[in-house]
Amino acid sequence: MTIFATDTQDGIARVIFDLPGESVNKITAEVRRELDPLLSQLRGDANVRAIVLMSGKQDNFIAGADIDEFVKLKSSDQALQLVRGGQQLVNRLGQLDKPVVAAIHGACLGGGLETALACAYRVATNHPKTQLGLPEVQLGILPAAGGCQRLPRLIGARAALDIILAGKVVPARKAYRLGFVNELVPPAILEETSMKAARKLADGWKPGRRKGGLASILLDKNPLGRRVVFSTAEKQVWKKTGGHYPAPLAALDAIRHGLTHGLDAGLDREAKHFAELGVGEISRKLVQIFFATTAMKKDTGVEGPSPDVKQVENVTVVGAGFMGAGIAGTAVLRAGVDLRLRDTNLDRVHQGVRAARKILKDRLKRRRLTKYEYRRLEALVSGGTDPSGLGRSDLVIEAVFEDIDVKHQVFRDLESQVRDDCVLASNTSTIPIARIAAATRQPGRVIGMHFFSPVEKMPLLEVIVTDHTEPWVTVTSVDIGRRMGKTVIVVRDRPGFWVNRILSPYLNEAGRMVKEGVPIEDVDRSMKRFGFPVGPITLLDEVGLDVAHKASLVMHEAFGDRLTPIDGLVRMIDDNRLGRKNGRGFYRYEKGKRKGVDQSVYDVFNVDARPVPDADIEKRLVFAMLNEAARAVEEGVVRSPRDGDIGAIFGIGYPPFLGGPLRQLDDLSAGHAVDTLERLAQAYGERFAPAPVLRQMADSNLRFHPNN
Amino acid sequence: MNSSRTGSRVAVVGGCRSPFCKSGTLLKDIPAVDLARRTTVELIHRLNLNGDLVDEMFFGQVVPSVLTPNIAREVSLLPQFPASIPAASVNRACASANSAIAHGADQIQNGYARVVIAGGAESLSNVPILHSKAFSETLVALSRARTLSQRLKLIAGIRPKHLVPVAPAIAEPSTGETMGQSAEKMAKENKISREDQDSFALRSHRMAAAGTEDGRITAEIAPLLPDRGDPISTDNGIRTDSTLEQMAKLRPAFDRKYGTVTAANSSPLTDGASAVLLMSEDTARSLGYPPLAFIRSYAVAALDPGDQLLMGPAYAVPKALDRAGITWRELGLVEMHEAFAAQVLSNIQAFESTKFAQERLGRSEAVGRVNRDTLNVLGGSLAIGHPFGATGGRITLTLANEMVRRDVQFGLISVCAQGGMGFAMVLERN
Repeated sequence: MTIFATDTQDGIARVIFDLPGESVNKITAEVRRELDPLLSQLRGDANVRAIVLMSGKQDNFIAGADIDEFVKLKSSDQALQLVRGGQQLVNRLGQLDKPVVAAIHGACLGGGLETALACAYRVATNHPKTQLGLPEVQLGILPAAGGCQRLPRLIGARAALDIILAGKVVPARKAYRLGFVNELVPPAILEETSMKAARKLADGWKPGRRKGGLASILLDKNPLGRRVVFSTAEKQVWKKTGGHYPAPLAALDAIRHGLTHGLDAGLDREAKHFAELGVGEISRKLVQIFFATTAMKKDTGVEGPSPDVKQVENVTVVGAGFMGAGIAGTAVLRAGVDLRLRDTNLDRVHQGVRAARKILKDRLKRRRLTKYEYRRLEALVSGGTDPSGLGRSDLVIEAVFEDIDVKHQVFRDLESQVRDDCVLASNTSTIPIARIAAATRQPGRVIGMHFFSPVEKMPLLEVIVTDHTEPWVTVTSVDIGRRMGKTVIVVRDRPGFWVNRILSPYLNEAGRMVKEGVPIEDVDRSMKRFGFPVGPITLLDEVGLDVAHKASLVMHEAFGDRLTPIDGLVRMIDDNRLGRKNGRGFYRYEKGKRKGVDQSVYDVFNVDARPVPDADIEKRLVFAMLNEAARAVEEGVVRSPRDGDIGAIFGIGYPPFLGGPLRQLDDLSAGHAVDTLERLAQAYGERFAPAPVLRQMADSNLRFHPNN
Repeated sequence: MNSSRTGSRVAVVGGCRSPFCKSGTLLKDIPAVDLARRTTVELIHRLNLNGDLVDEMFFGQVVPSVLTPNIAREVSLLPQFPASIPAASVNRACASANSAIAHGADQIQNGYARVVIAGGAESLSNVPILHSKAFSETLVALSRARTLSQRLKLIAGIRPKHLVPVAPAIAEPSTGETMGQSAEKMAKENKISREDQDSFALRSHRMAAAGTEDGRITAEIAPLLPDRGDPISTDNGIRTDSTLEQMAKLRPAFDRKYGTVTAANSSPLTDGASAVLLMSEDTARSLGYPPLAFIRSYAVAALDPGDQLLMGPAYAVPKALDRAGITWRELGLVEMHEAFAAQVLSNIQAFESTKFAQERLGRSEAVGRVNRDTLNVLGGSLAIGHPFGATGGRITLTLANEMVRRDVQFGLISVCAQGGMGFAMVLERN
């Protein structure tokens, strides 16, 4: 045996899962091949009365099924075969005439949890690394090795739906509370406790089931209540996915079917759904994204051998406004750095420190931090108006007003205070980093770190390198960005960088439509239907019209007529409409709540609302973005199409099921895109003229992504 | 004598303190441990200190919380430091932070440490209120009770008088005399007039107000950024508008009939914290920290609390001067802790008295003549306030900074403390 090691003591067999050559255990074809005879052998061995299944890996139980295997599936039949094989093995484990105890330490996910759920008893450690969950739907599939059956049977439909439909992963403590972990123990006694439980089970002990409360009787334990639960869950799924993602609905169906018609029927349903979803386009896209982000976690940010990352422990954020405070709170929460906030007056510093603390406090309230962790992190946030702390800073992030003169002064001042090996980053969204760096003596250590607002929630960070930025500065910035929990793309110092670059023509076009009289709600609705989390007009209101306008001027200056700003925006700003922040924008706001479209906007634009087909709206907006994305890639703004797609998905919520703008161009084919753009150019103007790179690609039948 | 100590000289490198605020006011929601932690975080930033360099910490606190009895350890467990910095809390009453600094200096001088953070904190807004003995016993029994009937029986036994809390008073455990009564006694026995006391207190306020105005005091203050309310960046006890006439109207606080000690010529109950960075001279130089001053010597002394309680400095100061190998005349600046105006004036009287020197100190001549121009030049505890555990850090820092500004060679610290104790330290420059 190479994967499983077994030994037997006092009638209890210990089976240690340790997949050779991997840091984590996953369920591969090899594993299945070896486990099958092992189960037969254990069944036949008269000396074995019970079995404890544990992992030989450090801090990992079973990370899940082998994704590589699943990606190779070519047909539904293959998928069906794969899932049936998995189900049978798990069933054999569950139906073994000897009790099996899963001793869980570390990640226990997907197929790993399904394996554990088939066991008679689960003991988990209370270690923070011990996380259990069924994240399948995040990859566009569903738990299909009995997860949709066994979890609801253990913890009730409500709780199971909550986990499975969102693809949730929960800490062991919560799994214990919910009832799919029987015992929660410190790591030091995991094995001992599991062996003891196995012995008791072998002696005929029947562990008690924890009883649910009143809600469980009303909702989980009777058909009527259950119907309410399922219909509520279904509504929530529709609301959340907009109907773009079939996996949660499939999982819901498999759960419902199993609870109504029994385990076997449920398993059949799981298998049927898996066979479809597993080879479907959407799952393919989600898996591509998963692989891309996994690869990006290892990307240093520079080509070739990486210089050493400078370990960032002390950070100063200059500018204690909304962005500065968000960066500060996130840096402390996620990266645990010592953080100094600096601003020109103490009241602003105070406000910023409080906002940063609030990010921590929210975590405390949501019990994501213990009060001891909170106390520790809170002590890392301090602030002042003087240069104190700069001398010990490894990184300074500037987040002051978007004004080149102010920034120059800040950077000059910083340079006289910090050590020579301190990275100087700007969070600017509109000013070229090279222009900022021009004011410094050491432009090589100046870099852009463009966070998105609200910083603690938005997952993307653009790291912007100039021609002078030294590689150690790049890898250090990428590393701290990742420690802050961000997905990082390294982009070239071109106006708008990547995200705002492709957003700019899209927002312009949306504004232009409003000016033409296309109803505001129609514009937003069609883009939501397309798959964006919010429509472009809503986005303008959220960003702030003044901010958006300022950015659009920069883009216009850099790229000319193609990115001519909407002149109406000036009229909106003149009408004291700045968006949500002052409660007046394209929408009306009352007490911070949005109250529908502000009809008087059409007066500002001096136009009457005149509906057009949603398909036209969608085409104009999407192709404006796709065309610009192609141009930016041609200019080398992103280092790879992968970064471009992930940046668009994480930065502006480009629909993940489409795989990103460049993926979508590939799927449409460059030729088709050129045709569409030419037609748009004819109908609406030269700004839609296809990017030269698209024509070239169309001529040579090329793609952005070399292969699927 | 200084020569008996052979190790490295100890440098006062810098430090800061929190604003000192009257108890029950702006800092009332911040426990002493948080005052100490925030002040120390500020010290780290102001001095660009790498936390890994610190070898030990000592913090003074006089009325500790039962929840954090070793406040120093809570400070050394700040995430800016490695968890491996040992820390001890020190209680020498009002000289606690001074003693913390002295302990730190000892560690450095012995070669046991190179970098020490020493200071102190006090929140007299957060003095623990005790339950009566009977109530405490009931609570303990309740926690051990196993059945509902046992619990009910215990709860039924609680009487209203059990619920009357026991607040600790600032009284001598050995004599029962409160601080104020002691000051009153000293004023009477040493014939310190009400007018002298009031004008000394007024002087303290004026000097402190001037130091605040010109920024010398505020430069030492690390602003606090509380969760609620405005940022706090100045002391709130210093008065700019007091007059002798107003002060004269106040009724004596401790002896209504014959007394002279009033709220105006006593230091107020105060919340605050201080932290000072000490280094061996070599370490300071190699790390590039210019020392403000060096610790030349220190001494402690004690007398019978039944005698004049707050006369400790009169005994400690000559000892410290002897150890420093200097005389009073060589002092360019003197910082005396001002618990009560009557106490400061009594000690000055003793310093200047040949009779006191002969009878009490066994010296033929008086300790020295006190030059008012170099005494407490930025005011003192009467105006700035007196968080028991923290004051020593403030005084040390202020003296060191002012010695730099005035280019003074020797400076003296004198602090009286509960229990009849006194503390004195001599700082030197260059």
